[in-house]
Amino acid sequence: MTQADLPLAAAAGSAEARAVNPPRKPRMPGLVENTPVLNILTHVILLTGMIILLFPMYLVFNAATLSLQEVNAQPAHLLPGDQFWNNIQEAWVTRDFGQKFVNSLIVALGVVTGKIFIACITAFGLVFFDHRLRMPIFWMVFITLMLPLEVRIVPTYAVAANALQPFQMIMDWTGISWLIQTVSGIEVALEWNMLNSYTGLIVPLIATATGTFLYRQFFLTIPDELVEAAKMDGAGPLRFLVEILVPLSRTNIAALATIMFVYSWNQYLWPLLIVTDPSYGVVAVELGKLVPDTNSTGGAIPNWHIAMAGTLIVTVPPVIVVIFMQRWFVRGLINTDK
Amino acid sequence: MANIDIRRVTKSYGKDEVIHGVDLTVNNGEFVVILGPSGCGKSTLLRMIAGLEDISGGEISIAGTVVNDLEPRQRGCAMVFQNYALYPHMTVAENIGYALKVAGMKKPERLDKVRAVAKSVGLEEFMDRKPGQLSGGQRQRVAMARAIIREPKVFLFDEPLSNLDAKLRVQMRHEIRRIHNRIKATSVFVTHDQHEGMTLADRMVIMNKGTIDQVGTPEEVYNRPATVYVAGFIGSPAMNFLSGQISAEQGAILLADDSRIEISGAQARTHVGALVQLGLRPEDMTLCAPGAGHLTGTFDFYEELGSAGLYHLMIEDVPFTVLSSAKPRFQHGDPVGVLADLSKLHVFRAQDGVRIDMDASVTRQMEPAE
Repeated sequence: MTQADLPLAAAAGSAEARAVNPPRKPRMPGLVENTPVLNILTHVILLTGMIILLFPMYLVFNAATLSLQEVNAQPAHLLPGDQFWNNIQEAWVTRDFGQKFVNSLIVALGVVTGKIFIACITAFGLVFFDHRLRMPIFWMVFITLMLPLEVRIVPTYAVAANALQPFQMIMDWTGISWLIQTVSGIEVALEWNMLNSYTGLIVPLIATATGTFLYRQFFLTIPDELVEAAKMDGAGPLRFLVEILVPLSRTNIAALATIMFVYSWNQYLWPLLIVTDPSYGVVAVELGKLVPDTNSTGGAIPNWHIAMAGTLIVTVPPVIVVIFMQRWFVRGLINTDK
Repeated sequence: MANIDIRRVTKSYGKDEVIHGVDLTVNNGEFVVILGPSGCGKSTLLRMIAGLEDISGGEISIAGTVVNDLEPRQRGCAMVFQNYALYPHMTVAENIGYALKVAGMKKPERLDKVRAVAKSVGLEEFMDRKPGQLSGGQRQRVAMARAIIREPKVFLFDEPLSNLDAKLRVQMRHEIRRIHNRIKATSVFVTHDQHEGMTLADRMVIMNKGTIDQVGTPEEVYNRPATVYVAGFIGSPAMNFLSGQISAEQGAILLADDSRIEISGAQARTHVGALVQLGLRPEDMTLCAPGAGHLTGTFDFYEELGSAGLYHLMIEDVPFTVLSSAKPRFQHGDPVGVLADLSKLHVFRAQDGVRIDMDASVTRQMEPAE
């Protein structure tokens, strides 16, 4: 971008005090036409798309405002009722969402922080250091993109049940355990149980191929000269990472954090599997329990209005995060001062 | 302040050797310009001094210390890059002061120094701007300030002006020279622009395909180019070359079109029969009537340069240029005579391009060709 600016600086002659801002032109001028018919048509298409997207959301909101009878009435009520706050309150209380919100927030923030840290460090190692394992490691990370948590959930559970088991096995195989037992008389039994804990909820989720890939692509755009300038200035690798790369990747962090927050907020299967203690329950699992089935209603009329109220409650934090972070994206995109 | 000693330095990438045993000494406080076309290894050599490239063979020492195995930060060099390489997220002041911050200097002291240096390069108004809000020339000044503030033993410049437009380039060139005159730090400046080289250098180093062809003051390099390569590279418009052979019995160089240029008997005897390249700069010749000068060619076309005009001729199918302020008019295909100032004749051995020194006092007696 620096180079693209220069001809304009030249045009400005010696008036280099002026910051150079090329006037923005539409990228494809031919596509921008001022015909009223086309204007109306595009807006109709946009509106249709918006309605298709928003209608299910409206149904959720609508159902959350109805009473038990209304929500199950045929034909369905399409206008909101007056039971909104009652339903919200009931959903909140029955599923103890207060505690679950705290849990989910801790887990989501933990996962987001962990993912960003791991992704950043891994990509840093892959991009800025020349070593033999660079490409093999990159491809190993990349391949795991194709393996979602669900595929490896059983072995992951085994590891979470005892994170030190792999080490135990290695020590058993190599005879180190035997050696230690013979020499000291202590039986080697390593155990680190992560079931029913925040660690267990967070740690297995923080490895991220997507994030690593995203960071790698970003780091690859950093010009070599910047790295060299930092070297000449005497900054070591860690300093370069913390003081130059991290500030430069702010927008990257914002993007990754948003995606990953929503991702971990919505985690259902993993918490369901490893948490049996309700005090570690997360919102997605609790929401699942709100969905009426013969177990929960005992054959009575399904209480969809409560389930929908619960859905609304659970949707709020990701929506807030997305709205808030979106402003960051935009700011980041305008300030690309590389 | 320090001198740089480069001893038999080589650089290879895998099996490809790109720098073939270079020797060079840069004296304390000297401004040396390494000049050459892209791919001649000049930037690689500079980066080896800086510590950004490994040294494959030989030795580089700065101020008497061999730096082959030292990290860039331990070598005491500061570098100005072609693309400025400013930290985009830091303000001008932070950019300039970053090296001091890394070195652990306290903030108040650091800010004082930053302010002083910024003032010396005329940046004091822009301290809080980000590089993205600066023009090319200002960015280059920040890059300079960032180098100056470290008070390095050695300044390294890697084509720092190539990204600027022509006018600004000249202006920054003068500023670099002024700064050098003030702080007198040992400087190595890499460029492919001969004007930058000629104007900035105390001494020039002309590189060609990984070797040094000539080291000398700009005047030496211009007036006594050591090889045909240097002769063709330095000087604008470029030097003309004609092939010829030294003939002993005639005491002259015979050219392809049978014209002859007489040289001293002694020179002719030493190099009897040698095939040579004859070099003549466009500004060392004048146009005359056909047959009246040393050479005769046909007029091809004319380029107006303002103060003078550049006449493109063909001599036996070899393009040939003569610079003339008299600006006579010709038609395409007209025969034109060329009178050369034979004291400024350059002769090079055809086989290896090395200069053969002519005795100036004798060459003046040469006769025009028939």
